[in-house]
Amino acid sequence: MSMNNQGRPSAIPANSGAFDGVTGTVTGNRGLQIEEPLIFEQDSAGRTGVDLPDVPKVASRLGAVKPRAKVGLPGLAEPQVVRHYTRLSQKNYAIDSGFYPLGSCTMKHNPRLNEKMARLPGFSDVHPMQPVSTVQGALELMDQLAYWLKTLTGMAAVTLAPAAGAHGEMCGIMAIRAAHEAKGDSGRTKILVPESAHGTNPATAAACGYSVDAIPATADGRVDLEALKAKLGPDVAGLMLTNPNTCGLFERDIIAIAEAVHAAGAYFYCDGANFNAIVGRVRPADLGIDVMHINLHKTFSTPHGGGGPGSGPVVFAESLAPYIPVPYVTHGKDGFALVENAGEGPAFGRMKAFHGQMGMFVRALSYMLSHGADGLWQASGDAVLNANYVMARLEDVMTASFEGPCMHECLFDDRFLKGTGVTTLDMAKALIDEGFHPMTMYFPLVVHGALLIEPTETESKASLDQFVDALRALAERAKSGDVAYFQAAPRLTPRRRLDETAAARKPVLRWTPPVVAEAVAAE
Amino acid sequence: MRYLPLTEADRQSMLEAIRATSVEDLFRDVPKAARLAGPIGGLPNHMGELEVERLLGSMAAKNLPAGSVPSFLGAGAYRHHVPATVDHLVQRGEFLTAYTPYQPEVSQGTLQVLFEFQTQVALLTGMDVANASMYDGATSCAEAVMMANRVTRRKKAILSGGLHPHYRDVTTTDARFIGFEAVALPAAPTGGEDLLALVDDKTSCVVVQNPDVFGHVRDYTDLAAACQAKGALLIVVVTEALSLGLLTPPGDMGADIVAAEGQSFGNALNFGGPYVGLFAVKDKYVRQMPGRLCGETVDADGRRGFVLTLSTREQHIRREKATSNICTNSGLCALAFSIHVSLLGEAGITQLAQLNHAKAVQMADKLAAVPGVQVLNDGFFNEFTVKLPKPAAAVVEELAKRRILGGVPVSRLYPGEMEDLLLVAVTETNTDADMDAFAVALTEVLA
Repeated sequence: MSMNNQGRPSAIPANSGAFDGVTGTVTGNRGLQIEEPLIFEQDSAGRTGVDLPDVPKVASRLGAVKPRAKVGLPGLAEPQVVRHYTRLSQKNYAIDSGFYPLGSCTMKHNPRLNEKMARLPGFSDVHPMQPVSTVQGALELMDQLAYWLKTLTGMAAVTLAPAAGAHGEMCGIMAIRAAHEAKGDSGRTKILVPESAHGTNPATAAACGYSVDAIPATADGRVDLEALKAKLGPDVAGLMLTNPNTCGLFERDIIAIAEAVHAAGAYFYCDGANFNAIVGRVRPADLGIDVMHINLHKTFSTPHGGGGPGSGPVVFAESLAPYIPVPYVTHGKDGFALVENAGEGPAFGRMKAFHGQMGMFVRALSYMLSHGADGLWQASGDAVLNANYVMARLEDVMTASFEGPCMHECLFDDRFLKGTGVTTLDMAKALIDEGFHPMTMYFPLVVHGALLIEPTETESKASLDQFVDALRALAERAKSGDVAYFQAAPRLTPRRRLDETAAARKPVLRWTPPVVAEAVAAE
Repeated sequence: MRYLPLTEADRQSMLEAIRATSVEDLFRDVPKAARLAGPIGGLPNHMGELEVERLLGSMAAKNLPAGSVPSFLGAGAYRHHVPATVDHLVQRGEFLTAYTPYQPEVSQGTLQVLFEFQTQVALLTGMDVANASMYDGATSCAEAVMMANRVTRRKKAILSGGLHPHYRDVTTTDARFIGFEAVALPAAPTGGEDLLALVDDKTSCVVVQNPDVFGHVRDYTDLAAACQAKGALLIVVVTEALSLGLLTPPGDMGADIVAAEGQSFGNALNFGGPYVGLFAVKDKYVRQMPGRLCGETVDADGRRGFVLTLSTREQHIRREKATSNICTNSGLCALAFSIHVSLLGEAGITQLAQLNHAKAVQMADKLAAVPGVQVLNDGFFNEFTVKLPKPAAAVVEELAKRRILGGVPVSRLYPGEMEDLLLVAVTETNTDADMDAFAVALTEVLA
């Protein structure tokens, strides 16, 4: 592949005197939608956005390595940098600006109090290797968060180390492997994963050296208990199950599932991505779960940030509690202590450079304290109510995949679009023009053309009604045969549909200085 | 509850629309024995903002912020000045509260940021391409080893004794559970290890760090060529990304993969996280990379735009055949990194790196003048190792009592070993007065 600049056109050059055929303006801008070149296209040599003191005159002591000639970064002043990122931000849809019903992602309101708390210098300006005597408050916060997580799940132990959900899955599967190894049981080579699972589940199991065996679903969207039992045996290390599952349904047989898994000598891993549906109402320990990760960036409102950072603490039942990674907080004689090395015990080594995503811990605890036991009860109730309301208001014009009640999200498939020529993707793109972020599309894989809608508890009824009205109108429009309308959507966005095939066929993954680009083109 | 917009009237009318008798009725698929009858016990009820601020504020007050005292801590996390612009921009809700950019038409902001971030990382490391970030430097390092295993179809990694022990531990933890061999050399505070002698036809990669965990700056050009001649890849780890503003970058030395920690740009210390892992490779290995990649393309009107690309490497498409299980990465930390690097620009990054180095040289000279103290490094960037006449952990505790955070005892990183060694990092945030205070306090503590 080549990494040269393809010279793809952005906006037409300013002041060229021509009108842009797409936007009808000279600049290519459309009012509040302002075109923004790459930062590298705004370079002026020597310019900078920082003022630094003079460098003291000392003899350099870099050893055997020479100073580099140049990096190749562009020079901009602060106002240009502010404008660049502000304009870019205006090309994003966000939970702050509107309804974001991305199924299985729990796009709820991100309280700003949490941001303020995480920025207290006592949390944000603390070095991970400071003497433990100088970070007692940080350790207390981790201890408190651990208490809340254990109480809400009914579990015996928790590790705060994993950096995100998939990292938590890795930690949980490692604990399962460590527990089997401790028993001298090396014959367990398989992890069972339902067909409806998140892609991270099979990817995690495979990354940890297990083969993955898929369990089929029943006609009502749940794990086929008999099929599961048939696959359980001395070669199975564990089951990874999302509950509520990715069809938005609670696994009614979960206690029987747990019993069957345990009877076979295996462990029960629960993907906690959908914990928001039951938080404060159902304790996973009471369902027979041995280990579960929790996405603080879903259930506990830490912001998604355009793709992270997340935080994925993992809770463990007594059965797996000894098999946790370092570091962890303990209560010592002089206050809180930090165990940083695994030593000889069953605890295993590190998963991350330092102590976990502290900034996310502060935000999550701030959320928990704000809600309290009563607020969490109300929040999970409202999340489930909102999803059921959306489902009830759409099921006469769209095709719900399974009978309700659903939990915090509702699943539709594309049967209602059959014969219209309109696809799930087209519906999603048309929703964008209506001012909504689309639902999760084509996931879970167990239904055709899936549309998975998760409203969360932080949406008002008015916002749900507006979304439902728009979706109903679009469904009617699709059935009326107006395919062209859908295929041309979205029309009102900073960019219209992007050519993903071209992007993958000849990847351009970075900007390249023009002189290099010309040289490559000349080859 | 201030975050919940539904009113009681809303709830009633919605229940009617659903034809349900109560919210509890909607939970009827949950086994009855597992359903709590009311709010969970053992936890307090909701609090207003003021109460939460008081409670968390009291915990924060029990910590000693590094910026409130002279601080010389490094060892993989560095206290740099972050321009006010950075935190202002990352708190824009359009960046802060967006998801991973799965719908490119409404995510061009995040996507262009990622494209620019990838370019900045490639330029800084001297590599061809970089991904859209990993969790942190240590997980980036472990993923680099696993990628080298895939590329070479070999399963043995050689880890230098100069590699940060936390990075080593994350890699050996993965090795144990994932099933590959990671041969970790003993700590090498004065260098002198013969890595190449260990490379055989089963070796997938050699992992080195620059500057290494003891602060030594090394040229790995010959090692890169020698590894590649034996069919192994050279992975270079960087824990202080600012060093890339001054030192010959790993790409110019011939590195195949660079795994780095990007916290130094734009990100606060945060007691260890969240940080941002950098991951850069040679062009030919792009399709074996873990993580998200943003690429340039055109829209239906032929205008330049950006999308997530090469997703067929990833878990949501390939499931158990994915190159990694990573999904959520460090998007917002990558944005902070990118804004800070944009503000610095070529002139700023060079000057900031030189400033760090010059101050470290000054500090090393001041500490070398303290009776009984010896600086171990010939070459370093902004961090170096000193040998003390007393155990470093006790010295650091004594210094903390005098409100000086005087570095990281090496024994904290290597329990029971090298108890007389202390790592000292110096950045632009350290004033001349800080440095003098440190030297004076150390003299007193050692006296």
